[in-house]
Amino acid sequence: MNEEASENVAAESSVMTPSSPSRLPARGRVGILSLILTESAFFSIFVAAYAFYIGKSAAGPFPRDVLRVPVFNTVCLLSSSITIVLAVRALKSGSVRSFGLWWLLTLGLGLEFMIGTVFEWHRLIYQRGFTIATNLFGTTYYSLVGLHALHVTVGLLAILFVFVMAVLGHVDESQAERTDILSWYWHFVDAVWVVVFLTVYVVGR
Amino acid sequence: MAGIEQELVLVPPESDLSLPFLGKLHGWVTTVDHKRLGLMYIGGGLFFLVVAGLQAMTIRLQLVMPNAGIVPPQVFNRLLTMHGTAMVFLVGMPILTGFFNYLVPLMIGARDLAFPRLNAFGFWLWFFGALLLYFSYLGGDGLYGAGSAPDVGWFAYAPLTERAFSRGTSTDYWILSILLTTVGSTATAINLVATIISMRCEGMSLNKMPILVWMALVVSFLMMTALPPLSAAQVMLLLDRYFGAHFFDTQAGGSAVLWQHFFWIFGHPEVYILVLPAFGFASEIIPVFSRKVIFGYHVMVTATIAIGLISLSVWAHHMFAVGMTPAGNAFFATSTMLVAVPTGIKIFNWLGTIWGGKLRFRTPMLFSLAFLFQFLIAGLTGIMLAVAPWNWQLTDTYFVVAHFHYVLVGAIVFMIFAAIYYWFPKATGRMLNERLGTWHFWLFLIGFHLTFDTLHFAGLMGMPRRIYTYQPGRGLDTFNQIATLGAFFQAFAVLLLVINIVRSLRSGEPAGNDPWDAWTLEWTTTSPPPEYNFATPPEVRSRRPLWDLKHPEDPDWQYE
Amino acid sequence: MFAGRTAFRRLLILATLADWGMRSGLALANDWGMGAANDKIPPNNIFTPVADPANQISSLAFFVLGVTGAIFLVVGGLLLYSIMRFRARADDQGREPAQIYGSTPIEFAWTTVPILIVFALILTTVRTIYDVQAAPKPDGAINVRVIGHQWWWEFQYPDFNITTANELHIPLSDPRNPTPTFLQLVSVDVAHSFWVPRLAGKTDLIPNKLNTMWIDPHQSGTFLGQCAEFCGTEHALMMFRVVVESRERWNRWIAAQREAATQDPSTMRGRQVFESNACINCHTIRGTIARGKFGPDLTHLMSRETIAAGVATNNLQHLKVWLKDPDDMKPGALMPAMNLGDQDVDALVAYLATLR
Repeated sequence: MNEEASENVAAESSVMTPSSPSRLPARGRVGILSLILTESAFFSIFVAAYAFYIGKSAAGPFPRDVLRVPVFNTVCLLSSSITIVLAVRALKSGSVRSFGLWWLLTLGLGLEFMIGTVFEWHRLIYQRGFTIATNLFGTTYYSLVGLHALHVTVGLLAILFVFVMAVLGHVDESQAERTDILSWYWHFVDAVWVVVFLTVYVVGR
Repeated sequence: MAGIEQELVLVPPESDLSLPFLGKLHGWVTTVDHKRLGLMYIGGGLFFLVVAGLQAMTIRLQLVMPNAGIVPPQVFNRLLTMHGTAMVFLVGMPILTGFFNYLVPLMIGARDLAFPRLNAFGFWLWFFGALLLYFSYLGGDGLYGAGSAPDVGWFAYAPLTERAFSRGTSTDYWILSILLTTVGSTATAINLVATIISMRCEGMSLNKMPILVWMALVVSFLMMTALPPLSAAQVMLLLDRYFGAHFFDTQAGGSAVLWQHFFWIFGHPEVYILVLPAFGFASEIIPVFSRKVIFGYHVMVTATIAIGLISLSVWAHHMFAVGMTPAGNAFFATSTMLVAVPTGIKIFNWLGTIWGGKLRFRTPMLFSLAFLFQFLIAGLTGIMLAVAPWNWQLTDTYFVVAHFHYVLVGAIVFMIFAAIYYWFPKATGRMLNERLGTWHFWLFLIGFHLTFDTLHFAGLMGMPRRIYTYQPGRGLDTFNQIATLGAFFQAFAVLLLVINIVRSLRSGEPAGNDPWDAWTLEWTTTSPPPEYNFATPPEVRSRRPLWDLKHPEDPDWQYE
Repeated sequence: MFAGRTAFRRLLILATLADWGMRSGLALANDWGMGAANDKIPPNNIFTPVADPANQISSLAFFVLGVTGAIFLVVGGLLLYSIMRFRARADDQGREPAQIYGSTPIEFAWTTVPILIVFALILTTVRTIYDVQAAPKPDGAINVRVIGHQWWWEFQYPDFNITTANELHIPLSDPRNPTPTFLQLVSVDVAHSFWVPRLAGKTDLIPNKLNTMWIDPHQSGTFLGQCAEFCGTEHALMMFRVVVESRERWNRWIAAQREAATQDPSTMRGRQVFESNACINCHTIRGTIARGKFGPDLTHLMSRETIAAGVATNNLQHLKVWLKDPDDMKPGALMPAMNLGDQDVDALVAYLATLR
């Protein structure tokens, strides 16, 4: 009975095709969206802790005393979202050189953000003596901003890897889908920065 | 209908029959095949079921009488922590995701999961996390000092877990091992979602997926939203313990209640992550052994999604005694009672499936029927616990212990057993012995009820949980004796299962493709399936493709 | 070995042997007199409350029990019926039953009815929540501050300047002129939970958080309480007693507790031992130089029925065991063994015995 069944099934699909590409979303896209959902849940707990402890530190320093609004860093990071879109678009239309330039610019802008953060933390820790152990503000500030910086670093490493692959000539139009998926991760990192920025430098100050 | 031709020659998985042992081992260690990984998850989970079960036996021996003196309090507190932690993360999660791993591609006509290497990565993360957790017994002072195994309860409330009150590394083992297993589970969730959304075979719209696959989808979403809060809280605790942070450091103004909120934001959806797969098993097994289609497919799916969503809003019903405002307590009592509605509806739908059917009482069905009764009771004691004022008496007592074991054992473990008996033939090509299965069922049923029915009353009589002993003259002695007796029955029953599995692997009755006369896609391929699952990707027209083929005069797609 | 008819008999014998083994074999461990002491107190059945809010909780519980019991009988009955009625008979091989895919009216009905039931439960629940948590505090209320420690209870009466431990005395409340006891709950270390089942539901003691609860007792007697939040090694033995007594007796108790410690010259030796050892770092005895706050106040130690937070009855023999090594009674207790010689211990016990 079951040989019959399998034969019937086989007869109905006379051509051996995987599920037609236009019918269902690509698994890479679903995967990256799922990852973004997961990471959002992860970040939201740190944001919640930050918000919960606003104003609750027993002793200073307080946000107003030590925080400088990182305008330039933010502009760089958010611009890198634009440059990465341009890079992917260039790759989709086949101009690998153009892609390489925009991609490098993205990397540079992201690096600037990281360097800026490093300098800021150096100032806070060594000049102001403000650390994760200082008070509740310190605890929540360093963990939230640090977690974001960690995600930026991972993103930069991935972008660097793709850049090296491009220099070695392995990146072309056929890789456009994958670089687009990677760019979604990068957009996510930028979106998280918007939330962190608002929470720490606007609401919390 | 038993007109299936039995194949006397079994199709071995791949051609490794002639390989030496190391070759076979290498095959398993390096596999990315969802079926092998699924079996590894299930096998690993069953191993820890026995380990954590022995820990439970020790707990019950210690509590059989007042001041029994079998283990000192420090060892007992490690036992209860390890039992709980292992059962949730090293038994429940791997077995249930292992079944999803195995079944989902087969049920949707796919060849593997979306990301096979990620699948393997997730498994080995889980594996090392499990080893790390139990390695804790050897760490610290080593075995002599009963090691450094976690002893802070499986939900590790702050500030007991802070450096000041938890010196030594027991809490760190808890954090690190669970971080590992959780990342593995999250990877599996992402994998399952991508598979289900992107890799269904021709004709299988979301509307035509087996209910088990819907459960996998909803469970995966829950995992993606609920597991990260646990990891986040654990990272925060790690920062407190090692970098001087103050997230939960009450001495510096931190909040112990914040830990509870974060933990239960994970913890409550977690129990739905554990129970929804059991619902999936029930929704596949009960129809086949009632010979009827599942009653109300749309409602079942909608109810599942509703449960998933509402379950994200009920977490503080674990915290009614913490001192929230009346409004807070009222909100969570309300949301908790609301989630009972879609849950109850599912029981009615299973009842509707059985009604008018032709029930066959094979082992998978025995476990499923017991599941229905026991889950009903568990749901009702859950409603009692949702009533916040009554919760103030019941919380942190053996009533809660009895309630959640009713869900975890009475519903989930019973359905895991059902699933094992049901799909073992598909995975191995051999049937499990029906006689041993029946003995397993009845002994486990008796033991389960002896233990957990009784413990409800211990709670009502004032016995708190997590106590290594209790005093005489409190009226608790008899309840505890009966509960301990039940544990022996359960242990023996599980032993029978282990014997059954070992014997049947070697000399079980050959199963053929479709021993149960079932209707979903996994039964169209061989037992065990070839590595590629399907020679040609199937095409379906209804929710029960095999029913359509077996009943061409009355196919499903004419009705729904 | 376990097949067939003799199987059940064999299993029964095995089970009985196991039971005997469990009951007799294991060491008849010392219960430090608590078995006899507890026997005098009725068990902590939450359905036999003697105070508000335990009364309100119990009433609500009976209502919920009734509703859920009815649901169980109906649904369970239907399940049982269907299992028996719809068994496959031997005579109808091969024919499948009618495939019913669903029924909108039935599904509508069994969605609506549960929603209505849940609605009723929610209303009664919310009302009781507010009745208990938002109860106004009458003028005659007694104020008590409960401070949780690992693993004992500190009770302060701020209006009377009294500090005691592990035994809470509160006055009987007259419904015509209620004098409930309002408790503030704090912790100095980890989370604990205050639970006296026959008097009230439990409320947690969370460090860095102030919780409040109240008890309005309507029957006098002694009631058992216990910590109900896992708090470390000796969570299991962090017990307390609540003594509800008539107003007159309670007033006398208050007056006695306010007195400084008895000074009996015949026990001078013991007092010297106490004051010259580390005892004073942890314990307070009012009227002496001992002002420690880490451990229980011992000023009126002998007025309490138990020691070590309900672990042993309070007599000289048990005191001696405790002093020699607390781990013998309560392994992991934070009080160290003071390594005193036998003579010192005897003197100390004689001194403590005067602290009535």
